[in-house]
Amino acid sequence: MSTFTIEANGQKLEAKKGETILSTLKRANIKVPTLCHIEGLPPAGACRMCVVEVEGSPNLVPSCSFPVAEGMKIKTNSPQVIHTRRTIIELLLANHPDDCLYCVRGGNCDLQSLARNHGVQVRRFRGARNRRDKDISGPSIQREPDKCILCGKCVRICEEIQGVSAIDFLQRGSKSVVGTAFDKGLNVSSCINCGQCIVVCPTGALHERSNVDDVLRALNDPESFVVVQHAPAVSVTIAEEFGMKPGADMDGKMVAALRRIGFKRVFDTSFTADLTIMEEGSELAHRVATGGVLPMMTSCSPGWIKFVETFYPEFTPNLSTCKSPQQMMGAIVKTYFAQREGLDPKKIVSISIMPCTAKKFEASRPEMGRDYTQDVDYVLTTRELADLFRIAGLDPATMEPEAPDTPFGERSSAGKLFGATGGVMEAAVRSVHFLLTGKELEELKIEDFRGMKGSKELHVKVGDLNVGAVVVSSLGQARRLLDEIKAGGRKDIHFIEVMTCPGGCINGGGQPIGTDIEAVKARMKALYQIDRDAPLRVSHRNKWVQRLYDEFLGKPLGEKSHQLLHTHYHKRDVMV
Amino acid sequence: MEHATNVEQVIKRFPKAGRDSLIPILQAVQEEQGYLSEDAVVRISRHLKIPTSKVYGVATFYNQFRFQPKGKYHVVVCRGTACHVKGSAKVLDMVTKALKIEPGKTTRDKMFSLEVVACMGACGLAPVVNLNGEFYAKVTPMKLHRIIEECRTKERGNG
Repeated sequence: MSTFTIEANGQKLEAKKGETILSTLKRANIKVPTLCHIEGLPPAGACRMCVVEVEGSPNLVPSCSFPVAEGMKIKTNSPQVIHTRRTIIELLLANHPDDCLYCVRGGNCDLQSLARNHGVQVRRFRGARNRRDKDISGPSIQREPDKCILCGKCVRICEEIQGVSAIDFLQRGSKSVVGTAFDKGLNVSSCINCGQCIVVCPTGALHERSNVDDVLRALNDPESFVVVQHAPAVSVTIAEEFGMKPGADMDGKMVAALRRIGFKRVFDTSFTADLTIMEEGSELAHRVATGGVLPMMTSCSPGWIKFVETFYPEFTPNLSTCKSPQQMMGAIVKTYFAQREGLDPKKIVSISIMPCTAKKFEASRPEMGRDYTQDVDYVLTTRELADLFRIAGLDPATMEPEAPDTPFGERSSAGKLFGATGGVMEAAVRSVHFLLTGKELEELKIEDFRGMKGSKELHVKVGDLNVGAVVVSSLGQARRLLDEIKAGGRKDIHFIEVMTCPGGCINGGGQPIGTDIEAVKARMKALYQIDRDAPLRVSHRNKWVQRLYDEFLGKPLGEKSHQLLHTHYHKRDVMV
Repeated sequence: MEHATNVEQVIKRFPKAGRDSLIPILQAVQEEQGYLSEDAVVRISRHLKIPTSKVYGVATFYNQFRFQPKGKYHVVVCRGTACHVKGSAKVLDMVTKALKIEPGKTTRDKMFSLEVVACMGACGLAPVVNLNGEFYAKVTPMKLHRIIEECRTKERGNG
């Protein structure tokens, strides 16, 4: 690739042919503010925040979409540039509700910080304040269209990354608004609740349905026995909410902080990830042996499940019938654990902490419970957990690490790997190999399943069988794969792992906001580090999982398992 | 369903259509049905393999598409430049208040529907209002109010 020199603010920079001014500047650590830019997607050039001055050009140019040219001379903070940016912000604020004090994103809002950084202190333009109804219909995601600045990031991520297109721009001009088909509630739209729109939203126009108050109420109710589980990807991201660098693991400290808040038991969802591997691995072996529906697809990611139900109902038989680790934990907490501790299941309030907004929807599915109670009562995202810690005045960083509770505290690092794309597959291959051959893999680390790539595959020799395994993350990738299979291709695949969010749960819709691809990579590295150092690295050697089978469940795919740990799916009749 | 087959028949007139046929199809369906129903939008989006949110987004971009059936009395208010100068804003304001509907909508009793157009090409008669194809020239809010009341009285007479 040919390179040449350009000049920015008098500094010489090396630029690559074909790239945009913004990427050149970013490499040189020259910051240009952006609002509508999404790393890795084609530029939209909608917001004009990133304008720079290019010598010889009659107008300012948007650096996010303008290609570099040899000998270009750029100014990123000339008076004209700064004046223009400030005007753009002032215009965006002209009809903004200005209720930052009550806004979920107050203090963590791109619009707010841009206004502050550009010294906007008076309201220069007075437009009619946006007044639009909130959409509180969604089980996971809520919309406040009057806070929307129409940057279009949510529309693009929904369409271009997730291939869902539940939302788009409606109306025209000053009436423009982002909404669903026929402007209906998200609950009846094709939205799959992944929450990627929340993560990219620069304002408070999109946020999760908060359950913090519900959890506080349960904690303060003397009648309730409140237990909590935390997902594998939470411990490696919660630190960011407290100002630490991405990639710090706070597992033990978080457990300690959860106990201080008043949770009676703290369980690790990675335990039921191990349990999932036992069930799902056995299911795969069973399907292969009996000529069942193949390729089998993982069922841990609730956004993906709703995606299949909505867009590809013909593939529901391919989905593993295993519940996700969250729901398995919920089910055994209200049965086995309640029995063991002599508790009334109706008095147990089961909370889960997830990197995910779709988990809220999953927990509310009618088939996920028994005797008129849900298996998981409330789901908190990583962000809500941070809110909970702040309300309680706790800084988990200052805690002494503690271990989670028995009987669902022990986990293998294979279960922990569920947090990253490829992790379920890696854990499954480790155990399926053992289940089918009676021997452990020589090298437990499977490099081909690791890393941020959207689609990965490997053929693994398990005994006589050459297992074709494919790992995809983001539903756009999943859609491509399903279309290929639908067209009659890919007969070599036996097992597919799909994670809804690009990179897996570490980049989930419930994770800290304002992170970039580097942060996601750091989180991923943290999970791999945990796996490298762990004493127990395979799910089938988790002693408490074995004990759970001995004392309660019987055997994988047994009758109890079938009742508690497996589920079924429906076709969804929504406008797609 | 007669309604559904009508839509299907219109869509059949556009075999092998791509996304560039979206607006012609929307127009043809509206011509057939008088409006774009949810069912029609879903069928069109399936035919063109475009998400419904996108089809609806495009359709709402243009004033010409409506999503409710027209009322028995269809009121079209011109908001072109000449009509604007002659006070069509007040006329529109009155009619939205009198009918309690926004432009593009239909009253609950399905009696009145309201539409706004950019220009009817009758600028000499500004401000112009069209009621079921009949033009009313130099309309004032009072005059239009009377016209609407006349319609209502007629309906009451019909019982």
